[in-house]
Amino acid sequence: MQQVINGLFLGSIYALFALGYTLVFGVLDILNLAHQAVFMLCAFTALVLVGNLHVHMLLAFPLAVLAGGLLGMVVDRVAFRPLRGRSDSNISGLISSIALATILEAIGLQVFGPDVERFPFGTVPDRYLKLGDAVISELQLVIIAIALAMMAALTFLLKRTRLGRRIRAVAENPLAARILGVNVDGVIAASFFLSSALGGAAGLLFGLAFNNVSTDMGRAVELKGLAVIVLGGMGSMPGAALAGFALGLLEVFTVAKLGSSYRDAVAFGVLFLVLVLRPRGLLGPAALREA
Amino acid sequence: MSLEALNDLWLTYQSTVAFIGLNGLLALSVYTTLSCGQLSLAQAAFMALGGYTSAILTFHTGLPFAVVLAVATLVPSLVAVPLGLPVLRLKGVFLAIATIGFGEVVRIFFVNWDFTNGALGLTAVPQRTTIWMIYLALAASLFVLWRIRGSRTGYALEAIREDEAAARTMGIHAAAYKLSMLVLGAAFAGLAGALEVHYTFMVAPSTYSFSRVVDMLVYAVVGGSFLFYGPLVGAGFLTLLPEVLRELGPRIGLAPGPLRLFVNGAVLLVVILFLPRGLVSLPDRIRAWRGERRPPRAP
Repeated sequence: MQQVINGLFLGSIYALFALGYTLVFGVLDILNLAHQAVFMLCAFTALVLVGNLHVHMLLAFPLAVLAGGLLGMVVDRVAFRPLRGRSDSNISGLISSIALATILEAIGLQVFGPDVERFPFGTVPDRYLKLGDAVISELQLVIIAIALAMMAALTFLLKRTRLGRRIRAVAENPLAARILGVNVDGVIAASFFLSSALGGAAGLLFGLAFNNVSTDMGRAVELKGLAVIVLGGMGSMPGAALAGFALGLLEVFTVAKLGSSYRDAVAFGVLFLVLVLRPRGLLGPAALREA
Repeated sequence: MSLEALNDLWLTYQSTVAFIGLNGLLALSVYTTLSCGQLSLAQAAFMALGGYTSAILTFHTGLPFAVVLAVATLVPSLVAVPLGLPVLRLKGVFLAIATIGFGEVVRIFFVNWDFTNGALGLTAVPQRTTIWMIYLALAASLFVLWRIRGSRTGYALEAIREDEAAARTMGIHAAAYKLSMLVLGAAFAGLAGALEVHYTFMVAPSTYSFSRVVDMLVYAVVGGSFLFYGPLVGAGFLTLLPEVLRELGPRIGLAPGPLRLFVNGAVLLVVILFLPRGLVSLPDRIRAWRGERRPPRAP
C-alpha cells in the first residue's frame, strides 16, 4: 500500500512532465528536448520567489508556472519557428532544442551554481496521515491532487474550448487548419505555453517533493519523460498520463524488490522493449507515425 | 621562436591536440550514421564498450596494445548488429529515443558492475596511447569515409538520406546500408573510447553520459554533416574554443564551466539556424552573399 502511494506520487510528476512533451509532439511531430531545461528553471524560479523574495508558496506556484509557459514560447520562437518548413525540421528541430537546452542550462549554472538548493523550512505542510499501515505525507497527497487537477484542466481545455479545437486541428493537419483561417503559428505558440507550463509545474512539484533543486535535475527526468511518452504512445495524452503512473509504480516496486541501483535501468529497459516490440505504445495511433 | 619555447608550447597544448584528434574521431562516428539520415545517440555507449573492453584487456591479459585496440573496435561493432536489426526499423525521433535508451542502459550497467569498480570506474590504466596513434586512427577513418564517398555505396547512402522510400524503389537495400553505417560508427566510437582510456589513465561511467553524445553531435553538426571532413572541422573548432574561453572567462566575470556550455549551445543554435550545412559551408556562403551584392555584370 505504501509502495502504491509512493508510486502514484512519483508517477503523477512523470505524467505531468510527459504530458508537456507529448502535447508538443502531437501538434508538431517534434520532440522538444529543451523541455527539461524549463522543468529545472521553473523549480529555481519558485525557489527564488519563496526563498529570496518571501512570496507565499500559493502565489509562487502560479507565478513560476506562468514563467515556465512564457519560457516555452521563447523556446518555440528561437529554436523551432525559424526551422519550420525546412525539409529536415524533425532532426534539426531536435538538435536546435538540444542547443537551447544547453544554453538554458548554462544560464542556470551561472546564476544558481552547481549545488543542490533547498526550499526554506516550512514552505510546505509537513504533516503525515496514517492510512492503514501506510504513512502518507500531506505534501504527497497535495501533489497528486494538483497533478490530477492539471490533467483534468488540460483535458477540458483540449476537448471543450475554442483554443483546444484549434490545437487539435493543427495537430491533425496544419495546412488544412491554415486554409480554414486558423492562426497556426499562434496555436503552436499556445501549445508551447501549455506544454512548458505543465513541464514547469512538474519541475516545481519535483523540487518540493524531494526538497532538492539543482541544475542537473532536468537531465534524469528528461530521459524518464521520453520513456513515458514512448510507452504511452507518441502524441497520445491519455497514454502519457497512464504511462507516467505506470512508470512511477514500476520504479517504486523495482526499488523495493531489487534495490535502488537498477531503478533507472527499468525505465530504459521498458523504453527499449516498447520501441522494439510495439512502437506505437499503449495508446498510440494505430499506424506508426514515421517521423 | 626558439626551439625551447616551441617545446614549451607543445607541452602545454599536446593534450589539446590529442583531444582534437579524439573528438574528431567521435564526430566522425556520429557523422557515419548521419550520412544515411539516421540520428544515433548511442555513440557514447559504443565508446564506453570500447573503453571498458580495452581497459579490462590491458589489466587482465598481456596482449599488445594493437590487439587491444582491435578488440575494442570489434566489440562495439558486434553489439551494434543486434541493436541495429530491430532499432533501424524506427525512424527519426524514434531512433533517437531508442538509442538514448540504449546508451543509458549501458551506462547504468557499468555503474552497477562491480568487476569494473562500479561508478568509480578503473583508474591507473597505463598510458599507451600516443598522439600519432590518435591521428593514425583518425586518418584511417577519414580514408574509409573518403573511399565511401563517390563510390556506389556513397551514392546509395546519399539516396537513402534524401528519400528512403525512393531509394528502396530504386533497388537499394536500405536496411543493410543503414546497419553497416551503424556498425561502422560504433567501430569508430569504440576505437576512440579505447584510445581515450589509455590516454587519460582512467575509465568511469560518468564519462559516457548523455552530454557526451551531445558534444559529439555538436562537433558533427557545427562542422557540417554533409561532407566527411566537416565533423573534423567542428571538433577542432569546438575543442579549441574552451581553451580560448578559459583565458577570456575570468576577464568578463563568468565561470568557465557555464560559459563553455553556453558557447557550445549558442554555436550549435546559430549553425543549425543559419548554416545548416555547417562551418565548412561558410566560404561558399560568403561567396554567394558577396555575389548577390555585386551588381550583375552586363552580358
